[in-house]
Amino acid sequence: MAASDTAPVSMTVNGKPISANVDPRTLLVQLLRENLRLTGTHVGCDTSQCGACVVHVNGKAIKSCTVLALQLEGADVLTIEGLAPADGPLHPMQEAFRENHGLQCGYCTPGMIMTAVDMVRRKGNELDDRTIREELEGNICRCTGYHNIVKAIAAGARAMRGSGATSKAAE
Amino acid sequence: MSGTGIGAAVRRKEDQRFITGKGHYTDDINRPGQAFAYFIRSPHAHATIKSIDAKAASAMPGVVAVLTGAELATDKIGNLICGWMIHSKDGSPMKMAAHPALASGKACHVGDPIAVVIAETLPQARDAAEKVKVDYAALPAVADPAAAQKSGAPQIHDIAPNNTIYQWHLGDAKAVDAAFKSAKHVTKLDIVNNRLVPNAIEPRAAIGDYDSGAGTFTLWNTTQNPHVARLVIAAFVGMAPEHKLRVIAPDVGGGFGSKIFIYPEEVVALWASRRVGRPVKWVAERSEAFLADAHGRDHVTHAEMAFDADGKITGLRAKTVANLGAYMSTFSSSVPTYLYATLLSGQYEIPHIYCEVDAVYTNTVPVDAYRGAGRPEATFVVERLVEVGAREMGQDPAELRRKNFIKNFPHQTPVIMTYDAGDYNASLKKAMELADYKSFAKRKRESARHGKLRGIGLSTYIEACGIAPSQAVGSLGCGVGLWESAEVRVNPTGSVEILTGTHAHGQGHETTFAQVVSERLGIPIENVLVVHGDTDKVQFGMGTYGSRSGAVGMSALVKALDKVEAKAKKVAAHLLEAAEGDIEFKDGKFSVAGTDKSAAWGDVSLNAYIAHKFSGAELEPGLKEGAFYDPTNFTFPAGCHICEVEVDTETGNTEIVAWTAVDDFGVVVNPMIVEGQVHGGIAQGVGQALCEGAIYDKDGQLVTGSFMDYAMPRANHLPTLTVDTTMTKCPSNPLGIKGCGEAGAIAAPAAVINAITDAIGTENLAMPATPATVWAALQKTGMPRAA
Repeated sequence: MAASDTAPVSMTVNGKPISANVDPRTLLVQLLRENLRLTGTHVGCDTSQCGACVVHVNGKAIKSCTVLALQLEGADVLTIEGLAPADGPLHPMQEAFRENHGLQCGYCTPGMIMTAVDMVRRKGNELDDRTIREELEGNICRCTGYHNIVKAIAAGARAMRGSGATSKAAE
Repeated sequence: MSGTGIGAAVRRKEDQRFITGKGHYTDDINRPGQAFAYFIRSPHAHATIKSIDAKAASAMPGVVAVLTGAELATDKIGNLICGWMIHSKDGSPMKMAAHPALASGKACHVGDPIAVVIAETLPQARDAAEKVKVDYAALPAVADPAAAQKSGAPQIHDIAPNNTIYQWHLGDAKAVDAAFKSAKHVTKLDIVNNRLVPNAIEPRAAIGDYDSGAGTFTLWNTTQNPHVARLVIAAFVGMAPEHKLRVIAPDVGGGFGSKIFIYPEEVVALWASRRVGRPVKWVAERSEAFLADAHGRDHVTHAEMAFDADGKITGLRAKTVANLGAYMSTFSSSVPTYLYATLLSGQYEIPHIYCEVDAVYTNTVPVDAYRGAGRPEATFVVERLVEVGAREMGQDPAELRRKNFIKNFPHQTPVIMTYDAGDYNASLKKAMELADYKSFAKRKRESARHGKLRGIGLSTYIEACGIAPSQAVGSLGCGVGLWESAEVRVNPTGSVEILTGTHAHGQGHETTFAQVVSERLGIPIENVLVVHGDTDKVQFGMGTYGSRSGAVGMSALVKALDKVEAKAKKVAAHLLEAAEGDIEFKDGKFSVAGTDKSAAWGDVSLNAYIAHKFSGAELEPGLKEGAFYDPTNFTFPAGCHICEVEVDTETGNTEIVAWTAVDDFGVVVNPMIVEGQVHGGIAQGVGQALCEGAIYDKDGQLVTGSFMDYAMPRANHLPTLTVDTTMTKCPSNPLGIKGCGEAGAIAAPAAVINAITDAIGTENLAMPATPATVWAALQKTGMPRAA
């Protein structure tokens, strides 16, 4: 790619400032995966349906396949890799997915967890079955039948109460 | 054994990397200097390729090469093959048409790969692909399997007149005719088993990397069976000698059958890598996956069941047209034959069964195994016939099933299978209790008060899995053996690596295989590493599908552990200065019978390697053993699923309000993982019944080509699931395992449709039972608009 075809962008990803020169059509998910090698954020479709690419931008869940990297100048981005400190304990939602067998192949899992954390931010720590299922409209899992994902999110939401865990990157 | 052995709900070892975003899927891997592949695919269902002009594309920025079927032929790259030979009734072999990795002269379905652009970046490859000029002459197309054999239908391959691949049958037609002549009641159904798109959430991907110095190839690939991929690509496609091709299946994000097969794209990635002299990476887009991954199901069936005056089933006959798509995929021929008709006895004592299957080519994506593969289709036929038969005869569907259950084992069915063990009444009884079947009428009245129609549906399914005894499948046409291998490498410090030829893509083998080792050797599962998915590490294996990893793969592991224990006892005898016959091994400790002398597992493993206590003449140093296990029979998981629905008469919307599953999987290694497998299978079966369906228009265009128009089941399509088990041990393998991976997908569609038809009072209901379909069916019944 010739330099003239690229444009600079800077943002914070998982607490670290980053800068890159990107092809203007680069999506956030491509910046994360290809430039920053943060491959925990996945691509499962091309129509913004599956939710495997969900990350947090300025504290809110978004599908990183629906936004251009250049739109996020100065933004604060959190991916699955930044949800818990590198050498610290897991985020309660991550722990809940493991404890409740809320994942099988693991491909949709980062998007599910990032969606779940955002769900707690918006809906609180006591989430009933129906709320969780409706809120998962934008995330597809082909392995689990959702049963254990729903259990995991309910348990993770409760565990987040008092743990101090939020959608913000762990310090 | 401690809390990590067989039967413990151990949390999964593999989860740490998946919940932290540290998995290694194929698309996460990048090779130095790699280029990117983008495929140009046919927009026509059927067309002659008159010319391909790549001149403008080749001049585009970053383009490394544009390759077509012509170069493929020049390089003498062989065709893809179907590895299971089926013979027609008349003895003639199936008509396998040539399937080049890039179309040669003709495109046979929308999505058929025509050419590939290799470029420095993926956007450059995609941009250049738009400049490749392909001059097509469109031909008439046929997508509907029921129309493919009609006179005047477009002919897809010269080798197959009337688009007929084979006309196969199984069973005794005369005996079945006699049974129907003397029948008291005959139930007849026309069934379409809807076409599905597997849609593992990780799209397929491949990286081909040719090392010209060593003359070796490496393929990173989203495959369920890396060794089978290597064998086919070496022996049939002829890309490289088998020993010079390494296939690595890293973390794979779901398969469900669709990643068993050997596809054009991985062949092209390898071939292009050699051509351009650098690694070549391809990752499917989702809409591309819809056009390139093998689809599932797509049967059109007429089926009849004969009953005597007591409601005993006296015969079953079925005539099925199976759509195999535009080319024969790797195992496609076996799915509507030996994986389908052999299960038409269900859980029932049926004296006579006859099944005819015509497999046809159409201008659609190839069709092959998808979760359950033939067995969901068979179960749907049997369980709909039984249910409708009961309703027609005014009998309770549960009671009619019970009356016809097989009760004595082993049981030889009229369609090849010998069921080895089961207790079908036990799972039916338990499921009916858990579902509170007896209070259904009360719940139905309650629903009616809210203007909803409530229905209940049973599905007492059986499947044959643990695939499969090599001699048996060989006699039926399978081109490979379906044994499994395992190797156990004990390290001097006592930790263990096990290598298995099975492959996990969600099933949790890194945990469950470690549990088997933990149980046997008395060591913590943390000290066991499960290695799979790399042909340079694991010597050979047949991969994971057909619920075979536990029943076959773990049996191989047990055999290898037997050998490890025997060798370790010899080492222990030298260490403890005792006779080998006096050494006992229990809970990780070797002891000398009748004494207080003992040695820990770690002492023995260390001594096996330092070899200070025995001479080389007495005993070889080291502690590493391998085994191949060939099953003696299929395994026969079975159970009862009960679905309860509420149908909204205004909208036709169906809500599943309760689901009860009671399955007999034999011995369960990890109940948490088994339950998860059942949940996932049910969701796929519910998807088939309620929302999923690949639709082609009359010109062969795929109308449902993305997640925007192909309805995947979402969380709110499903209820909380009640899942339980009963247990009869499988007598055909050392651990007594039957397998659990496909049960839900096999049982669920019939349970859902039986429930909806019970609710709406008509049997004439096609899958997927979308609100529009159910609403239309309701209108035909003259149902009052609100109950």
